[in-house]
Amino acid sequence: MSLLDARLVVRRGDFRLDVALTVGRGETVALLGPNGAGKTTALRALAGLTPLSGGHLTLAGRDLSTTPPEHRRVGVVFQDYLLFPHLNARDNVAFGPRRQGAGRRAAHATAERWLERVGLTDLARRKPRSLSGGQAQRVALARALAVEPVLLLLDEPLAALDARSRLETRAELHRHLSAHPGATLLVTHDPLDALVLADRLVIVEDGRVVQEGDAATITARPRTDYVAQLVGLNLFRGRGEGHAVRLAGDFVLTATDVVHGDAFVAFPPAAVALHPAQPDGSPRNTWPAVLTDIQRHGDNLRVRLDGPIVVAADITPAAAAQLDLAPGRALWAAVKASETRAYPAS
Amino acid sequence: MTRGRVPGALLVPAIGGLIFLVLPLAGLLWRTPWATLPQRLTEPEVVEALKLSLLTASLATLLCLVLGVPLAWMLARVAFPGRRVARALITVPLVLPPVVGGIALLLALGRRGLLGGWLDSTFGVSLPFTTAGVVVAEAFVALPFLVISVEGALRGADTRYEEAAATLGASRWTTFTHVTLPLVAPGIAAGGVLCWARALGEFGATITFAGNYPGITQTMPLAVYQTMESGDLDGAVVLSLILLAVSVTILAALRDRWLAAP
Repeated sequence: MSLLDARLVVRRGDFRLDVALTVGRGETVALLGPNGAGKTTALRALAGLTPLSGGHLTLAGRDLSTTPPEHRRVGVVFQDYLLFPHLNARDNVAFGPRRQGAGRRAAHATAERWLERVGLTDLARRKPRSLSGGQAQRVALARALAVEPVLLLLDEPLAALDARSRLETRAELHRHLSAHPGATLLVTHDPLDALVLADRLVIVEDGRVVQEGDAATITARPRTDYVAQLVGLNLFRGRGEGHAVRLAGDFVLTATDVVHGDAFVAFPPAAVALHPAQPDGSPRNTWPAVLTDIQRHGDNLRVRLDGPIVVAADITPAAAAQLDLAPGRALWAAVKASETRAYPAS
Repeated sequence: MTRGRVPGALLVPAIGGLIFLVLPLAGLLWRTPWATLPQRLTEPEVVEALKLSLLTASLATLLCLVLGVPLAWMLARVAFPGRRVARALITVPLVLPPVVGGIALLLALGRRGLLGGWLDSTFGVSLPFTTAGVVVAEAFVALPFLVISVEGALRGADTRYEEAAATLGASRWTTFTHVTLPLVAPGIAAGGVLCWARALGEFGATITFAGNYPGITQTMPLAVYQTMESGDLDGAVVLSLILLAVSVTILAALRDRWLAAP
C-alpha cells in the first residue's frame, strides 16, 4: 500500500489543480512540469500551507486533508531554503526536534548528527548568511530530515545553485533521498534532476497529470508536446492503421510497430535525414520540407523544418555545408520506419 | 550622483529648512546660564522631574510593547473583519491634539468615566492625577507610533519563514516567539525608541489627565512649562537643555545599537 495517497484539488481564480498522487515507502517521485503548471501549489497543499478545495490526502493511513502543517509530519526543503537568518546552522536543524518536544541538549545532539550526515560538522555555528548556496541547501535538507518526516517534500532543490555545485549536490542529494525511509516528492522543472533523483516521474501540465511512469517509459513514449520536447523527440498524434499512422492532413508515417486507433508516433531529431532532392527506393518516410531555422545544438546543428509536419532535425556541420542550408531552402526529409516508434494514445 | 549645479530653487529652501530646525536649538544653547548650571542641575525639583519623566516614559513604552506588538501582529497577519476600520482608529490619536486626548481619557478613565467608575467602585483604583495616570496618558499618545512601525516591519518580513516553522512542527504561538519576533526585532526596537521619545516629550494629555503635581505627575515638559510661567526663564532653559541632552544621548546610543540594522 502507498504511504502517500492523495488527490489534490485546489481552485484559485481561473486556475484549477487536480492531480492524483501516490508515493510508496522509500520511493522518490518527481513532479515534473513547466512553470505555472501547479507543481508548487501541489507541494504546498501536501504540506498544509495551501488548503485543499477538494479531493483527499492520506499519509500512512492518516487523513490529513484538514490537518494544520505543524501536525502533519511532512518535511519541506523550500526552493530558497528559508533557513532562519537569526539562528546558526545547528539551531536551524535543532528547531524541528525542539518543537517535537526534545530537550535543548537532545535537540542539539540530533542536529549535530544530521549535520555530520550532510558533511557540515565544521559549519554548525555559522549563520545562514555566511553559508554558500550548496551548504545552505544541505542545512535545509538536514533541517527537514531531522523531524523524521513520513513525507519529505523538495521544491526545486537545485534551482538556486550554480552549474558546478548543482552537479555535486545532485549526486549527494540522491544518496540522502535513497536513504530516506519515508516517501519523497520532488518538484522540479529540470528533467535531469527528475531523471537522476526520482524512481518515478509524474508530469503535470496546466494543473493536470498528463503522464506518469518510470524514466524509461516516459523518454521512450512521450504523450504531450511538453514531454516530447523535454526528452528531445518529435511527437505526432494520429490514427494507427497497422504499420502506418495517419496524421492530420492525411500525412502518413510508417513504423515497424503495429498500432490501431488513436496513436502517437515519435522519432528523435537525429533520425531525420535531409536530401537536396527526393530520395528513391527504401521503405522510409519522405516528404518535401522548407527549412525555417538553424541553431547550434552541441556539436551539431538543429534545424526546424516546415511542411506537411513540423519537425526538428539534427545534422552535422559538414552535412549542413554540403546541403547549403539557409532559412527558406527547400529540401526533402526522410525518416526510416525502423527509427520511428508508434504506440497507442489511450 | 549629482550632475552639474544644484538648482537654486531647491538649494535655498533646503538650507532655509535646516536653519529653521537648528536655529531654535542654537537659541537654547546661547541663552543657557552656563555659570549657574551645575548648581541648578542638582536642585531636587529638577532631579525629581527628570526621574519621573524617565520612569513614566519607560513604563509607557513597556505598556505600548505589551499591547502594541500583538495588535500590530493581528493587523499584519490576521484577516479579521473590520481590520481596515481598526487600522484607521489606531491613527486617530496621532492626529488628535494631545489635550483633547487627555480630556477623552478623563471621560473614559476618570472617577465618573466610562470605565473609570467601574474601576473605582470595584477595585478602588483611580488613575487621574496619579503617576500611573501619567503612564496611561503617555502610552495613549505613543501607542500608535509603535503599532504603525511594528506593523510595517511585520508586513515587510517574509512570511514564508513562518510557513517553514509550521512545517517543522511549530505552533502559531511558538512561530511568533521563535521566528517572527527575532525577524522583526529591529523594527520593534525602532518603534520602541520612537514610542519612548514621544512619551518623554508628552505634555498635553498628561497635564489634562494627570495634572501637574511635583513628584507625582510633574514630568520634565510640565516642569519646563511651569518654570516658564512663573517667570524664571533661566530655569526653563536649564530644564529644556536637560531634556534635550537626555533624549539626544539615549536616541544616539540606541540608534547605533538597533536602528543601524539593515
